[in-house]
Amino acid sequence: MDAESLLLSLELAAGSGQGLSPDRRAALLTSLLLVKRDYRYDRVLFWGRILGIVADYYIAQGLVEDQLAPRKTLYSLNCMEWSLLPPATEEMAAQVAVVKGRFMGDPSHEYEHTEFQKTTAEGEKTFEEDVVVHIKEETRLVSVIDQIDKAVAIIPRGALFKTPFGPVNVNRTFEGLPLSEARKLSSYFHFREPVGLKNKTLLEKADLDPSLDFLDSLEYDIPKGSWSIQMERGNSLVVLRSLLWPGLTFFHSPRTRNHGYIYVGTGEKNMDLPFML
Amino acid sequence: MEDSTSLGQETENQQLGEAARPGEEEAAAPPRDPGPQSSGPWEAERAPDAAEPRPGSSRTRSPGSRGRAAGHGAVSPPPPQPRKPLRALARQDLGAAQQPDGAVSGAPDAGTALPDPLGLSTDEKASASGSQSREDTSPPTQQYRSSSTHSQPKELRTGNAQGEDPEPGASETAPSTLEIAVQNAKGYLFQASSKTGLNLYDHLSNVLTKIFDERPENAVDIIENISQKVKMAHFSKKLDTLQNENEMLPTYEIAERQKALFLQGHLEGADQELEDEIDLFSQAENSLPNVMESAFYFEQAGLGLGTDETYRIFLALKQLTDTHPVQRCRFWGKILGLEMNYIVAEVEIREGEDEEEVEEEDVAEAEERYNGESEADKDEEDELPKSFYKPPQAIPKEESRTGANKYVYFVCNEPGRPWVKLPSVTPAQIVTARKIKKFFTGRLDAPIVSYPPFPGNESNYLRAQIARISAGTHVSPLGFYQFGEEEGEEEEDVESGRDSFEENPDFEGIQVIDLVESLSNWVHHVQHILPQGRCTWFNPIPKHEEEEEEDEEKEEEKGEEPDYVEQEVGPPLLTPISEDLEIQNIPAWTTRLSSSLIPQYATAVLRSNLWPGAYAFSTGKKFENFYVGWGCKYSVDNYTPPVPPPVYQEYSSGPEITEMDDPSVEEEQAFRAAQEATELASQDNEESGEDDDDDN
Repeated sequence: MDAESLLLSLELAAGSGQGLSPDRRAALLTSLLLVKRDYRYDRVLFWGRILGIVADYYIAQGLVEDQLAPRKTLYSLNCMEWSLLPPATEEMAAQVAVVKGRFMGDPSHEYEHTEFQKTTAEGEKTFEEDVVVHIKEETRLVSVIDQIDKAVAIIPRGALFKTPFGPVNVNRTFEGLPLSEARKLSSYFHFREPVGLKNKTLLEKADLDPSLDFLDSLEYDIPKGSWSIQMERGNSLVVLRSLLWPGLTFFHSPRTRNHGYIYVGTGEKNMDLPFML
Repeated sequence: MEDSTSLGQETENQQLGEAARPGEEEAAAPPRDPGPQSSGPWEAERAPDAAEPRPGSSRTRSPGSRGRAAGHGAVSPPPPQPRKPLRALARQDLGAAQQPDGAVSGAPDAGTALPDPLGLSTDEKASASGSQSREDTSPPTQQYRSSSTHSQPKELRTGNAQGEDPEPGASETAPSTLEIAVQNAKGYLFQASSKTGLNLYDHLSNVLTKIFDERPENAVDIIENISQKVKMAHFSKKLDTLQNENEMLPTYEIAERQKALFLQGHLEGADQELEDEIDLFSQAENSLPNVMESAFYFEQAGLGLGTDETYRIFLALKQLTDTHPVQRCRFWGKILGLEMNYIVAEVEIREGEDEEEVEEEDVAEAEERYNGESEADKDEEDELPKSFYKPPQAIPKEESRTGANKYVYFVCNEPGRPWVKLPSVTPAQIVTARKIKKFFTGRLDAPIVSYPPFPGNESNYLRAQIARISAGTHVSPLGFYQFGEEEGEEEEDVESGRDSFEENPDFEGIQVIDLVESLSNWVHHVQHILPQGRCTWFNPIPKHEEEEEEDEEKEEEKGEEPDYVEQEVGPPLLTPISEDLEIQNIPAWTTRLSSSLIPQYATAVLRSNLWPGAYAFSTGKKFENFYVGWGCKYSVDNYTPPVPPPVYQEYSSGPEITEMDDPSVEEEQAFRAAQEATELASQDNEESGEDDDDDN
């Protein structure tokens, strides 16, 4: 959700019970402005909160002019002092995949993971060695945020448009989805570089508007039904909840520009989804 | 004189750059070949070389030069820099688009810019009378020109004087070539699209009007979108239809329902006497929870549903307490669903109400049981063996008001919709619910498709989850509740600890900081649910044997003692939560102070790690529990479906199964020999009758 309209967004996203206490809200309104100034971001998004056992991580993201450019992620424990996270890499994701369970809330906390590694010694014998791998929680945080962003960060269709020069900008003339479109998954896009778009057939591509339909649509998510879409407050608010990453709430009030997403959760993927549907 | 000025003008234009030329060409083109006039000036532009000499001819005629000046009114206003784009535009067949362009360039000074489109529009109406249009367009020409280039002023003035002087003459004479060109261009712009009925002229002026009305930043960057918007706005114009659009119907419907929530207070107040109202008020005060107060504290903790939704729920609870015989009511929480959510209210029904339903159910159950028994009787009479398998003893559900059925739960999908009472929970449902993990759909009658078949539909599953969550996460500060002393100790209490409690009148509160620092200051005040699915132990063995109708007396004596050992016991009531089981090195609870900045007024916040979404707060004296989430339990590992039940072993092949070989000849002969021997023996003993009897 945009840092500038944080209060309204929080009110709209409150249906899932995820909110911020008044002191956190006030702190965020102050500190995100400063973040925007100091890091020279074009936009600052309040991304959400990862619940740890000891403390919670508050996450913000800074966007530059091109909305699809890699985003900078910052975290804070007290909503005032923000620290920049390193960019996520594939290597990190592979490393972190072995860690399970909840976040601790201490960025310097180290998870220990024992791995069995087979080493062939001189005598052609294979030894099984226990190698203890230390993984910092900060690394895991980076990786999880990246995964969530790639999987479930979404925007309504038309909120961004691609300029002829390439960069993707916020569409000023976006006035919200019409009610009939707001219930369909196809009118929401993943907020990331498109992956599946190139795989589409020519026939499918023919109907697309190149300045608007340059992202992946939600309706092709796997598994089918990994989103819960609801109209709340008597059709004046669409709420999308991700079932794959429970805790991610997207809201959009049709016919207005208000939209955004927030993640409040444990930072764990719901691998049981097929059982639960 | 006129010639010279026109010449001067011409040279000046050339000096200024070729940008101006297209305009001229365009202006000059139509008179030479009147045939293609209707098709528009762009055709002439396609051959700029051919158009080159023409200005010479027009130069000689004074009206032509004048007309050109008027034409410049449209073309030349932009200062030198924008001429290039102008030219580009002109090259494309949109020579006439220069007019709007001139208006755009005029945008910076609002005073002159705004009237411009208006002038154009009047112009367009009066396009037949050339003089009128000339008067309209030429004055802005002066202004722009004087401001634009240094060498112009002189010519301008002369041109201007010229423009005013021969005006009457021009109106008398035939319309100038340039004028015709302009009109042609306009005519082209006015051509309506065969598909939509729009024309470009109106569209452009609408776009400009929109831009001037809205004044967006960097209008040039978003001109495409604005243009699109204008078109969309045209398309979405409401058509005359026989039926009204019903797109918004659900919105109005829920608004209508919620209106009832807000109105109900007034209606009652108006209807009833003051005293009644006070009675009602005091009663409502007892039964209705102060939702807003606890919502305030939960908001401090960073949790809650938003102010307006909370208030609607508050009103919905009031509606519930007014329409049902409710003794005590509590806002339990919200369970998220795929299509709709559930708002759950925990209710204690007043004594003596709601009993009939329960009895009916009991009767029905008893009948079933009776039928089952009678069938069993029949089975025994038959000769062929029937299935020996008996379903495991159905454990009866607990009475209402006790155990897991202590409270009644009402749910609704949205505040304002009717409350639905959930059925009471059976142990079998709880046991099965523990083995499955499902999302709620939001429809109470939805079937639950799961591997251990769930006995019931979604309402039963919801009720079971509510029971489990309540039992796990409803906590209170130590000392707030104490065991009731007045109530007689029942027999059950001896077994499973006392199951009733009451508020401690002498409770003095606990320091908030103590509540945060020590988990042992929080206690469960809802009974633990045993693995069996009940809060109190039910011994399934004796009942089982009763059904078989074997010596009842003996069983009653024997039954209790051996099974007493097997009895499942859980933590008793009011056990501190510090003794809760850990989830693989993760503590079951996280405590937090709601504000680190102002600790003296902060509240203690408790978050369950076992049931994500379950929270409790306490200010030391007050406390409340709340759940909002998907209704699923947390586990570090992924959900594993339960293993299939063991396969029943076949009969072990013993003497009952195996048979002997057929008797062989030797055996038969031996047998015959033996028989003969016995016959002989019996003949010997014929006298004695006793032996005969034995043989038979």
